[in-house]
Amino acid sequence: MKNLKVNFLGKVFKNPIVPASGTFGFGYEFSDLYDINILGSISIKGTTLEPRYGNKLPRIAECPSGLINAIGLQNPGVDKVVTEELVKLDEVYADQIIANVGGHSTYEYVETVKKFNNSDKTFAIELNISCPNVTGGGMAFGVDPQTAYDLVKAVKEVSTKPIIVKLSPNVTNVVEMAKAVESAGADAISLINTLVGMRFNLKTGKPIIANVKGGYSGPGIYPVALRMVYEVSQAVNLPIIGMGGVSTAYDVIEMMYAGASLVMVGAQNLIDPYACKKIIEDLPRVMDELNIENLEDIIGGRK
Amino acid sequence: MQNVNLKIEKNVKVGTDIYLMKLVGDTSSIKKPGEFINITVPGYYLRRPISVCDYGTGYVDILYKVLGLGTKDMSTFKEGMMLDCLVGLGNGFDITKAQKPLLVGGGIGIAPLVGLARAFNEKGIKPILVFGARSKNDIVLVEQLSELCDLHVCTDDGSLGFKGNVIECIKASNLDFDYYYSCGPQKMLEFLSKAYPNGCVSLEARMGCGFGACMGCSIETTKGPKRVCKEGPVFEATEVIF
Repeated sequence: MKNLKVNFLGKVFKNPIVPASGTFGFGYEFSDLYDINILGSISIKGTTLEPRYGNKLPRIAECPSGLINAIGLQNPGVDKVVTEELVKLDEVYADQIIANVGGHSTYEYVETVKKFNNSDKTFAIELNISCPNVTGGGMAFGVDPQTAYDLVKAVKEVSTKPIIVKLSPNVTNVVEMAKAVESAGADAISLINTLVGMRFNLKTGKPIIANVKGGYSGPGIYPVALRMVYEVSQAVNLPIIGMGGVSTAYDVIEMMYAGASLVMVGAQNLIDPYACKKIIEDLPRVMDELNIENLEDIIGGRK
Repeated sequence: MQNVNLKIEKNVKVGTDIYLMKLVGDTSSIKKPGEFINITVPGYYLRRPISVCDYGTGYVDILYKVLGLGTKDMSTFKEGMMLDCLVGLGNGFDITKAQKPLLVGGGIGIAPLVGLARAFNEKGIKPILVFGARSKNDIVLVEQLSELCDLHVCTDDGSLGFKGNVIECIKASNLDFDYYYSCGPQKMLEFLSKAYPNGCVSLEARMGCGFGACMGCSIETTKGPKRVCKEGPVFEATEVIF
């Protein structure tokens, strides 16, 4: 019997597979397709203090081995997320979830995080300081070590939940960012968010994305994600959630070799709504093939 | 929604850059005309969301225009090829809304109106159809549409039918209807909805997933943000903020 269980921040997850924020809505819609209770956890759609419509359309552009998105954190606002979306999710998903929080200012992040303090459904907060699609916030908090440090410090002071800081790959030195949030008291790190990219319409010569630029994700960024997860895991003493282009059970294994305790699946959910289910069902077979008994044993490489 | 492999039974050119593809297999999750399917085109990451043109037990027809590299590849697909499809997507047309239906199609927007016209025929109603396009090259399936509908063709250049746009055609022909169903270019739908509030519009959008997960196709409506792929593609004309 293969053991898929992993310990992350003192909680035992039945497996390391977690749909990444923004690729799984608020989760409950996928319960029409399969029993989502098989998921390790769910990182829900990025949530802000106030409701946000997000960016103008088009928000999506196809790329080789992936896509660019510029959604702009569309969400109904934290109050509705806590009182409505998480209630709906609770009907079809028994376990706790990871709430993903975005914002434009320290105030917004702090106030949003506070609203999850009393949410029993929420296990931890994933602090999104790496969204490339909102102006004057989002990624601005995740590209400067001091700014990131100050924000994480402020959020840690008010949160009763563990804080997972989601890092951007759009930096010169991701290790420096990881160390900054570690020293500010972050409980864990998740990475990588999307890489800033763009596409042009061949006929009009204009950018396809209305917001001009967007975040590139999909299998194309997988090697970059592995490298950054590896570098960060070598440099900090925090548990890591690895993500970026993970599409198969083999990708999960590699991501764990690189140092991830949990593995998030993002873009793949969009082209295959059964992606997480397939990966979870395939993991025991792949572990068997590779002679792995306990998944937890391979975090950071094979001993 | 269901993930199925469908076999290409037919893939033929029916107009300038316009192709009709018949796919066979389990299409039982298609419930209404106006829904769409999302097709994996080998070599491309995202699926291609394409309107259901017509459907029945064990088959679905799609009518598509070659507009980019993915649809260009699709046009070369041979009979017998299997396609990985998500079927039963979106919220289609509600045929209970009209006693005297008017269907308005612009260009390739004619696609979902074929199945809709058939659904009305099955109810014993022959709808009026105004089919507008830039020129006669974009007017397709005329024979089939004439059987199903009271067909009015209009073209911008006057190369076929009435010379003018669909609204001018509706007015000039003094068409009598209580509710309309439209699909076509955004501008056409916008002007149509401003001229006539009593109808619905079927929108298109660049989509990420096509089943409501990514918020890539959300539009603003009078009732808050809605997803073209999930709450749509069919919306009440009065609720869309163009």
